[in-house]
Amino acid sequence: MSNTHVLSQNPGAGAPETLQFHVTGEHHPQNGTLLGFWLYLMSDCLIFACLFAVYGVLGRSYAAGPSGADLFDLNLVAINTAMLLLSSITYGFAMLEMQRNRVGKTQLWLFITGLFGVAFIGLELYEFAHLIHQGAGPQRSAFLSSFFALVGTHGLHVTFGIIWLVVLMVQLGKHGLIPENRRRLMCLSMFWHFLDVVWIGVFTFVYLMGVLP
Amino acid sequence: MSTHTATPAHGIHGQLQHDHGHDHHGDGHGHDEHDGASHGTFKSYMTGFVLAVILTAIPFWLVMDNVIESSSTTAMVLLGLGAIQIVVHMIYFLHMNFRSEGGWNMLALIFTVVFVVITLSGSLWVMYHMNANMMPAMTHEMNDKP
Repeated sequence: MSNTHVLSQNPGAGAPETLQFHVTGEHHPQNGTLLGFWLYLMSDCLIFACLFAVYGVLGRSYAAGPSGADLFDLNLVAINTAMLLLSSITYGFAMLEMQRNRVGKTQLWLFITGLFGVAFIGLELYEFAHLIHQGAGPQRSAFLSSFFALVGTHGLHVTFGIIWLVVLMVQLGKHGLIPENRRRLMCLSMFWHFLDVVWIGVFTFVYLMGVLP
Repeated sequence: MSTHTATPAHGIHGQLQHDHGHDHHGDGHGHDEHDGASHGTFKSYMTGFVLAVILTAIPFWLVMDNVIESSSTTAMVLLGLGAIQIVVHMIYFLHMNFRSEGGWNMLALIFTVVFVVITLSGSLWVMYHMNANMMPAMTHEMNDKP
């Protein structure tokens, strides 16, 4: 669209300032990646919405098995939530260091973020192993199937987020804060904070409301 | 396009009009051209973090200490606090506003929220009535009838 404008203006050279304006206007598509990634996150949000809906429908179908009140250890969930929240703020610090062009400190905060992420995944795996050991695996009841599907999907996202984070740390070490790496860091930032948003839904809807009598 | 170049006077007039139209467009982008997704500051991240901690601590405290007797009231409060915390995260961590990416971020978000609300409320509503109407007693009745 704007290309055709520029072409059509070439013969009428009477208005050079208008032509300049069109050229500066061409900057727009450079942020396409971030918008595209946001759209991906929104579609991911729909996946989680479906899993939440499944849990909402099946969350009280215990099949004479254990209920959330019997199984969930809220202290563990609180620590898990703290881990994810802390990793969110440390990722924010990494982004602030990125804006100040400090590669080393950006990597340091990314590393801390990764540690919190690993702690989160570790605690979640411990919880899952504990549940399965108790005989409350995903095949026990519809409630547990939907629980494992929802929380497991979130855990998988975090796991891949950590892998992405490690890859970006290597990239930063090799190439520094080039525009491509900045763009990647901003995408991962959105991904990471988005996972924290989903976790708000999980601990509220699944854990806290699950233990209510 | 061809008419613009064929008659210069008309063409320039057309260009001016076009430029005027684009001018507003450009103005809207001027703020975020250098940062399509707006960045946060240390202060905004800390504000978000403190708010998030408070909004996380309250629901855990409500449930773990059994503050409110009625389960349904607690559930409503939990959902309300969760919704507020999601908004806090969106504003302070994901830097959502009406300007980033020329408003497309927000538009996509609004669309998704509408979709999520329909999915969740629709599923719960329909399946709740399915459960209520297909209780074992009911199915027995249906089996007896023919």
